[in-house]
Amino acid sequence: MTKEELKQSLSTHLPTATFDEAGEFLNIIVTPAELLPLMKDLRGKSEYNFDYLFCLTCVDWKDHFMMVYHLMSKDHKHVLVVKAKITDRNKPEVETVCHIWRTAEFHEREVFDLFGVTFLNHPDLRRLFLEEGWPGWPLRKDYVDENMIEI
Amino acid sequence: MSLLGEDVMTEDGEFVINMGPQHPSTHGVLHLKVWLDGEIIKKVQPHLGYIHRSIEKMSENLSYRNFIFATSRMDYLSAHMNNEACALTVEKGLAVEVPARAKVIRTLMAELTRLSSHQLWWGCTGLDLGAVTPFFYAFREREAINGIMEETCGARLTQNYMVPGGVMFDLHPNFQARTKEVIKQIKDKFDEYDQLLTGNVIFEQRTKGVGYISKEDAVSWGCTGPMARASGVSCDIRKLFPYSAYDQVKFEEILDTGGDCYARYMVRMAEMKQSVSIIEQLIDTIPEGEFQAKTKAVIKLPKGEFYQRVETARGELGVYIVSDGAASPYRVKYRSPNFSNLSALPHMSKGAKIGDLVAIMATIDLVIPDVDR
Repeated sequence: MTKEELKQSLSTHLPTATFDEAGEFLNIIVTPAELLPLMKDLRGKSEYNFDYLFCLTCVDWKDHFMMVYHLMSKDHKHVLVVKAKITDRNKPEVETVCHIWRTAEFHEREVFDLFGVTFLNHPDLRRLFLEEGWPGWPLRKDYVDENMIEI
Repeated sequence: MSLLGEDVMTEDGEFVINMGPQHPSTHGVLHLKVWLDGEIIKKVQPHLGYIHRSIEKMSENLSYRNFIFATSRMDYLSAHMNNEACALTVEKGLAVEVPARAKVIRTLMAELTRLSSHQLWWGCTGLDLGAVTPFFYAFREREAINGIMEETCGARLTQNYMVPGGVMFDLHPNFQARTKEVIKQIKDKFDEYDQLLTGNVIFEQRTKGVGYISKEDAVSWGCTGPMARASGVSCDIRKLFPYSAYDQVKFEEILDTGGDCYARYMVRMAEMKQSVSIIEQLIDTIPEGEFQAKTKAVIKLPKGEFYQRVETARGELGVYIVSDGAASPYRVKYRSPNFSNLSALPHMSKGAKIGDLVAIMATIDLVIPDVDR
């Protein structure tokens, strides 16, 4: 599907979602509650068939977190970026997608480690790079460390 | 509960051992915790972070010219391609057209890097599986390529040759002649490689049918590069989304359906020949002209998000830049090939013998700084 067709199809599928077409790929922005059902459809429905999650990350926008999922379909060759806006900064939570794409298991552990986002129903949510008990979440914008130097 | 101080025997009689972080076959500081029933692997758990430098966090405080060079230290065997990925992302944001000469130079350098990376892998695979001799043969050719790199880029390993808009300096006058000479030398040696390792009975027995991963699993685990192509996944970024000068050369994506260590080995061996062919197609027709497009001294990307992927020697490297319009990126994410490839290791090694774990790791071709970043 082209960018327009994908947008048409998705806006009827999920009327509450908002879209952003400014960049190279089509972006769909949803709430954390809408994420998992949408992801299941994107993987399961043959017209979408997004079988390859090639990037999973998070961006700290100071007042909210944005989870970013880059999806691609190997058959249809279309790309979609799914974003989930997490507004609760004190208790950021979102459902895991690692049962749909296995690669998410490690990527979500990385996001948990560096941003402190909790992935519900994740089979093995532990810190990935840093040791247990590390204070704070280093990739958050408000993170301070005694060893950090202002450039 | 400490990582190393746990009981070594579980209630089911499984033996728990730690492989790494200092182990000759893990190619870096990778720590694998292995649950064994006799010699059979029940479970593998990678423990990462021994060389985590948080390059993504550092990049948030570096300018768009400087952050590129940190990536040479991720996958140090594909330093060129890492730099190229960053440079391409910045160029995408600036909408700068790279001169034709720079495009060809980039592709030539990337293929030379791939060749030298695969040669190191070939030597180390032999070493891991008990054949010491191939290592010396592989390094003979690799040294020649490193010499070319040194002459033009000024460095042998972390070249830092790519800048936004093109390459840092023009090619050394000796580059063409020397590259041709080295390519000719390497071409003559492929048969020798096959005689040394490919046809070896012990080698084949240790790799055939070991570490199998199916096509569906490879896609689900996000495997890319030679590892996924050995399972029949079409994922060569050079072919699917051509960048630099890859649209000017003729080459076919190398696919295998074996999915085991031997298939991964064969794909990389074929890729070496492919790289030689790509270099041969370009080396005589390097266009004249500028080697760098003009860019402002302080680069500021417009607000927005930019994503670029390239094919490194290990697979798909994605660079995701979020810009808020300032002189340094707001957020950088590197989707590194090794990270995803490693995540499939526990799945691939379940039920294998402990000795096969070394063969599986060798054919994934892990570079740990790229996993940890």
